Amino acid sequence: MRHTLAVLVENSPGVLSHVAGLFARRGYNIESLVVGETEDRTISRITLVVEGDERVLEQVSKQLNKQVDVIKVNDITEDETVDRQLLLIRVSADQSNRQEILQIVEIFRCRIVDIGRRSLIVEATGDEAKIEAVIKSLRPFGIQELVCTGKVAMVRGSK
Amino acid sequence: MMNGAQYLLRFLERKGVDLVFGYPGGKVIPLYDVLAGSKLRHVLARHEQGAVHAAEGYAEASGKPGVCFATSGPGATNLVTGIADAHQDSVPLFLVTGQVGLGDLGRDAFQEADITGIATPVTKNTYLIQESRQMPDVLEEAWQVMTTGRPGPVLVDIPSDIFVGQSDFPEPGTRILTRKIPMKHRLMKNLPTIVDRINQAKRPLILAGGGVVISGVRNELLQLMEKMNIPAANTLKGKGACPETHPLSLGMAGMHGRAAANLAMKNCDLLLAVGARFSDRVTGNPKKFLPDAFVVHVDLDIAELGKNIPADIGVAGDARTFLNTLLNRPELKRNPETDAWIQQIQQWEAEFPDDGGGDYEGVKSQAVIREAARQAGPTAVVVTDVGQHQMFVAQHYPLDAPRDFITSGGLGTMGFGLPAAAGAAFGRPGENVLLFVGDGGFQMTVQELAVLREHDLPVKIFLMNNGVLGMVYQWQALFYKENYSQTVFGHNPDFVKLAEAYDIPAFRLDQPDQIAPVIRRALDQAGPALIDCRIDPRELVLPMVPAGGTLEDMMGRWRGETHISRISGE
Repeated sequence: MRHTLAVLVENSPGVLSHVAGLFARRGYNIESLVVGETEDRTISRITLVVEGDERVLEQVSKQLNKQVDVIKVNDITEDETVDRQLLLIRVSADQSNRQEILQIVEIFRCRIVDIGRRSLIVEATGDEAKIEAVIKSLRPFGIQELVCTGKVAMVRGSK
Repeated sequence: MMNGAQYLLRFLERKGVDLVFGYPGGKVIPLYDVLAGSKLRHVLARHEQGAVHAAEGYAEASGKPGVCFATSGPGATNLVTGIADAHQDSVPLFLVTGQVGLGDLGRDAFQEADITGIATPVTKNTYLIQESRQMPDVLEEAWQVMTTGRPGPVLVDIPSDIFVGQSDFPEPGTRILTRKIPMKHRLMKNLPTIVDRINQAKRPLILAGGGVVISGVRNELLQLMEKMNIPAANTLKGKGACPETHPLSLGMAGMHGRAAANLAMKNCDLLLAVGARFSDRVTGNPKKFLPDAFVVHVDLDIAELGKNIPADIGVAGDARTFLNTLLNRPELKRNPETDAWIQQIQQWEAEFPDDGGGDYEGVKSQAVIREAARQAGPTAVVVTDVGQHQMFVAQHYPLDAPRDFITSGGLGTMGFGLPAAAGAAFGRPGENVLLFVGDGGFQMTVQELAVLREHDLPVKIFLMNNGVLGMVYQWQALFYKENYSQTVFGHNPDFVKLAEAYDIPAFRLDQPDQIAPVIRRALDQAGPALIDCRIDPRELVLPMVPAGGTLEDMMGRWRGETHISRISGE
């Protein structure tokens, strides 16, 4: 099963390799990983999406909790969350199809962030389903380059 | 004002450290330069691996953290085996490595190695100091991490310019590590159930692990055993956790465990595992381990609960609190039905006695170990290397107190024994240290003989010399159709002469009737001594549970027979 983990860590050198190393050592593949500062600059948040055996994941979570620079590990898979990824995609575009691409961009509420002679760069944010849909819709025009961040997630509701 | 090296030594003095093991090199010259002005005594090993194993032996024998210095690059990488060993066996080690100067970091400078990166998976934490003012906080935190909760190694990597840099080192901040300090006991909630289960169990069993030794709760454990009539088996690292001469003590369980201990494990209806982590060497096939038992697993490290064996109740907490809380429960009542269980175990003991060795003439390991135990008594510090002799000692040398048995359990590091015995002798001044070591492992760290002589340490070396790598040889004999690939030494030195070259008295033991007198002569030496015990390479460690087998599936020479057969625990 796929899991989303939110890991609060100290903003210190080496912490990312500590965290990633614990997964790697158990043959656990990290599908995506995002690190960034939080409201407290001394603390970073790592959002991980991993897929694999439950028992191994429980073990990894416990081992993560033991790390000195790890503050808290939350498995937010079952929680109601707001998930976002950021996608940049360079699509082949010329006079003949530019209008059509613009329509798709409109429908998905994406943005054009660069225009070249034969291409456009489209920026999209959204959850996984939306990102996939955008990619699928733009694929027929020819994707020259694509880059997508991992998922960041926040649990819904008031604290 | 003082420099970083002086600050480090001050710090260690404040922590009560008086002995350091180490080996100098280019990047730690400034540290060694100020050593003479401190209260610390430094033991110069002959290899960094020797230094780190000695620090482990010291820590395990004394109960205090071991401290070890090494230089950058190869000095640091030579520590790694010992660090991994300490990590698996929960030994508190404070390792300080020199590092190239800050300006050279990452340039593949001479003797540069990313030791914090290399050591991360085998330490509780590593630190690279990058500014002098970090020193107080980092050292303090590292010390706390090492000693808090389940003990283990920490490594602090210090670039040479930090050693020499003058600074007014601030007082260490009060960085709070409490969030890392063991988790709340889930004990209180579960205690009524645990008491109930113990009271009702007809066939209860305790499995005592290394955690019992570390917590120093021998007496509490014994009280529980006696009060409730519960027998106890132990893991390899739990040897000495409860006195092995006690009638309720069954000795070691597992792959080479004693038959009665293994049969008790297999047949118990309640297992109280305290400070044990259910290593594969204890469980055999984990899916068929403990078929009928209700399992209560107590460990300080919550990550151990459910890691290898699912527990019915997991208690994250230290053995001391657990046992004391339990013993204070007035409703704890001895179940008279346990008498039949004890009788059953005694029957197994009688039916499947310890293996005395194969059918051949000559000196037998088992006999040497039993005689050493008889002469040295149950109060010596016993150290082993890794292999057949290690299992023989675990089976045949009964020990009465924790911290008297020092062995490389989890990692199984050949070459551990000799330096660890040196360290143990420093940790327990005035006591005899008995080292059992094979001719394979002995040659891996043999250079540390110099340390025994230099410091006149009373380490008696029982060199169990069969000219082969016995444990692998045994597997080849039993499971690889006697294909003894690369396990027979084509040449061995004359170990008596070798010891004599180090000015250590040495004796050859090749006649069974000489066992007692030769051991007497060695034990009578004030300082170190070596006995070259010529044992038979065909000897097998029995009983043996084949890898992946169940604990009742034991190979052995049962009922006085000379051939090997299997028994079943039904």
